[in-house]
Amino acid sequence: MAAITMRLPVARKAVGPSAPRGSEKHLVAPGDTITTDTGYMRGHGTYVDEEKLIASVAGAVERVNKLVCVKALKTRYNGEVGDIVVGRITEVQQKRWKVETNSRLDSVLLLSSMNLPGGELRRRSAEDELAMRDYLQEGDLISAEVQSVFSDGAVSLHTRSLKYGKLGQGVLVQVSPSLVKRQKTHFHDLPCGASVILGNNGFIWIYPTPEQKDEEAGGFTTSLEPVPLSDREVISRLRNCIVALVTQTLMLFDTSILYCYEASLPHQIKDILKPEVMEEIVLETRRRLLDLEG
Amino acid sequence: EDLRVDGRGCEDYRCVEVETDVVSNTSGSARVKLGHTDILVGVKAEMGTPKLEKPDEGYLEFFVDCSANATPEFEGRGGEELGTEIANILYRVFSSESSVDLKSLCINPREHCWVLYVDVLLLECGGNLFDAISIAVKAALFNTRIPKVRVLEDEEGSKEIELSDDPYDCIRLNVDDVPCIVTLSKIGYRHVVDATLQEEACSLASLLISVTSKGALTSMKKVGKGSLDPESIFEMMEMGKRVGKSLHIALQKILDEEESLGTSRQKVGFLG
Repeated sequence: MAAITMRLPVARKAVGPSAPRGSEKHLVAPGDTITTDTGYMRGHGTYVDEEKLIASVAGAVERVNKLVCVKALKTRYNGEVGDIVVGRITEVQQKRWKVETNSRLDSVLLLSSMNLPGGELRRRSAEDELAMRDYLQEGDLISAEVQSVFSDGAVSLHTRSLKYGKLGQGVLVQVSPSLVKRQKTHFHDLPCGASVILGNNGFIWIYPTPEQKDEEAGGFTTSLEPVPLSDREVISRLRNCIVALVTQTLMLFDTSILYCYEASLPHQIKDILKPEVMEEIVLETRRRLLDLEG
Repeated sequence: EDLRVDGRGCEDYRCVEVETDVVSNTSGSARVKLGHTDILVGVKAEMGTPKLEKPDEGYLEFFVDCSANATPEFEGRGGEELGTEIANILYRVFSSESSVDLKSLCINPREHCWVLYVDVLLLECGGNLFDAISIAVKAALFNTRIPKVRVLEDEEGSKEIELSDDPYDCIRLNVDDVPCIVTLSKIGYRHVVDATLQEEACSLASLLISVTSKGALTSMKKVGKGSLDPESIFEMMEMGKRVGKSLHIALQKILDEEESLGTSRQKVGFLG
């Protein structure tokens, strides 16, 4: 039965700011003067013009002692060593793969940074180079960690642990990198029955929790068995919850996603994307997060 | 199993927002938001000469502009190909005689008639363009107000056209038989209605069907490089007719609701 809802547009009302924790944020737009005090050093997102420190991106000003920088709200991913990223292979080159990670330049995954199946430790030979396509092809999704950042900003990845590697069946959600909170671990097994990888580059991967911890393969074999309907419903609901949190610009981390999931349970999965249901769920999530903090 | 990535069933549409009369210097306009797809349609009624083979009818002209706001691929002349494709499909959908009463657009046979220039502007592409465009065209035609003209003949036999002084004295078009396009995309072994951008990337073949409110099919087109089985085409046609009928009912209801609000309606427009 087709369900088609049409409605007249309603002017969006501004949602009131949540209770201020600490000082109010100093928000700037490109071209705004941050300070005229010359004692500060300029960091990312700022430049000096006629003894004034001016912002070059739109975001919040952060000050660490004498360093002033502007953290942009919506930006491409800027790699930092140790970040977890989820990326898509775009090219297979001679000794490396080019990975798309929502940054200014394609990231690089060197053959020597990749785990060989079976966990062997040996020099990569010419046969390994020729067999590169057997491991990862164009269009595959991988989870990896940032090893280093080149001088031009390109990021070098590695998958030298059994928890990284090619990703199997699941759903990818692309959000802005500034909405993913920095945490100790980005691989979460949610109690609702699905697992989620929160990539620092804004790519979020939701997949059904594997039953046995079969990590010996090194993450190359992908099971193509059909996923049961109950798991798919959980994953769809999580995906809609994440989209709702992103639309209302709430930080994404395991607790916020879980609270949003629980708040959305009384609604049908496809109703979560309706504007009024979205607002209601996110308000509930925000309230519970504030209760948690305070 | 009837579950897509965003929880919808195979026959469910995303939430649609319709608003008419958003552009003030047109005869009729409508804006439709279907998920992330944003379409603006403006209709301008101008006087012209009827076509030679149909001397007592007016006609419609379609022009589709893919704005560079939608995606970076539309920069410069990138959107022209898609624009002409959409315009050709619209011509085909409206080519059947019963869709719009063209005889009502005639003023003087063989000399003057109303030409409705329908301009479609793609503001954002979020999948399922054709459905959204056809809904917007129908809403804009519903909103179109064509001024009433009288033809005066003086002694020498030359005809003069007089526009009435009252700006609200106009004729409205009957849009009951205007068809809406339903796009059915084949993904794997199933077909879905209202595909998002990601679902469109996965589907190899789609069927565009134009359905009137009574469930009659007026035109059909297959797009995509994949192939469709004849049996699945029948199934898709049946699904398209069902979905098309409910689409028309929902659209007519919302248009009537908007009409009944009258001048007290708060216009949201683009800055809402």
